[in-house]
Amino acid sequence: MNFDVTYFLEMIPLLLGYLGLTMKMASLGLVFALILAVNMAVVRVLKIPLLDWLVQLFISFFRGTPLLVQLFLLYYGLPQMFPVMVGIDAFSAAVIGLSLHFSAYMAESIRAAILGIDKSQMEAALSIGQSPLMAMRRIILPQAARIALPSLMNQFVDMIKSTSLAFTLGVAELMARAQMEASSSFRFFECFLAVALIYWAVVVIFTQLQNRLEKHLNRAYQR
Amino acid sequence: MIRLQKLVKTFDGHPVLNGIDMEINEGEIIVIIGPSGTGKSTLLRCLNFLEQPDSGLISIDGDTVDAARAGQKAVLKLRRNTSFVFQNYALFANKTAAQNIAEGLITVWGKSRADALAEAHQILADIGLADKADSYPAALSGGQQQRVGIGRAMASHSKVMLFDEPTSALDPEWVEEVLQLMKKLAQRKQTMLVVTHEMSFARDVADRVVFMEGGRIVEQGPPEQLFSNPTDPRTREFLRKVLRD
Repeated sequence: MNFDVTYFLEMIPLLLGYLGLTMKMASLGLVFALILAVNMAVVRVLKIPLLDWLVQLFISFFRGTPLLVQLFLLYYGLPQMFPVMVGIDAFSAAVIGLSLHFSAYMAESIRAAILGIDKSQMEAALSIGQSPLMAMRRIILPQAARIALPSLMNQFVDMIKSTSLAFTLGVAELMARAQMEASSSFRFFECFLAVALIYWAVVVIFTQLQNRLEKHLNRAYQR
Repeated sequence: MIRLQKLVKTFDGHPVLNGIDMEINEGEIIVIIGPSGTGKSTLLRCLNFLEQPDSGLISIDGDTVDAARAGQKAVLKLRRNTSFVFQNYALFANKTAAQNIAEGLITVWGKSRADALAEAHQILADIGLADKADSYPAALSGGQQQRVGIGRAMASHSKVMLFDEPTSALDPEWVEEVLQLMKKLAQRKQTMLVVTHEMSFARDVADRVVFMEGGRIVEQGPPEQLFSNPTDPRTREFLRKVLRD
């Protein structure tokens, strides 16, 4: 075994320089995915005609096909059909693909969380004169957020890791850089181990954050 | 002030309300009694459209709503004219006692946050829970939660307060404080429609007691008359069972 410790240690700061782009993709993806997911979940729970059917179709497609296929379809496929999309850059395509893909999963988590809220909460909100949508926003969703948090966090962690697929579209992110370094130095193990450790560390940090957030959201439920 | 005409509600083709006619006068305290499953709660829930009646008319102050085709606006208006106290309290779990009371004032009545919270604190003082303003429902006893539930209903100054078995879910030790608060409201001539099994409350507080069975109003009258001299055999049978002690 010839593990090149020096090379490995040099690799880490070099790769960390690309973490910013990875996190930018993941956080933009998270914001868009959450916005989409909350709206889709509400459409599904309130069973809004037609929209509900469209959302189900959307969720079925994005959960039923691999993310890599979706990214290829979006970046390489769609511009051939719709010339307006020719100008789309790889980074935007990756963010859009990640958002759509994970919104499908998040919508289902949020929907399940909403259904887990006792129905008397909605009734109480209606009884004081709130409209169903306002009740959702003020009463149901804040409570559902607490229940959905662990699974949403799981999906966010999955999204962070899935940004590595963006290198197949040519985005110069963490994984792409590691791949380049590895193919020039032939030190595949060092390069990919460094990448793995960086992703791992990021995920551990976010898990810590999740614990704090859970405590914060639980404060209303302490006896 | 409030008038129900031929209110009908079915669940899966199963009739629960068989054409209820009722009039409620301003300041009147009406207690509805009767065996379980006879539509008492459903009647209250229909009154503010937590259940949509199949047919019938609901008028509040001359505003008449045809239940079968009530639009969103009419439903909203009806809900603003009524307030509801739930058997299981149903306090907003993500909000403090003060926020529970202020919620409707802010989002429905358009008050500023500060004004709404000030009013919520007044109501909390009125119901004897000034020191619990910042407590979340999970930290309150059943009796305290139900009092906040009543406070939330008080906040909307609605024409009629609907109480759906407000003490049935409470441990016996908390029942009295909730009944006391309801008595206080009754003394202020707050119009109330109360479904309850608390016969002493019905006897002491009600202006009129309504006995329901099988989705119908069987008999009604002032409590002295209904309790001591019921005319219908079904009323007699029911009272014999619940008043056996």
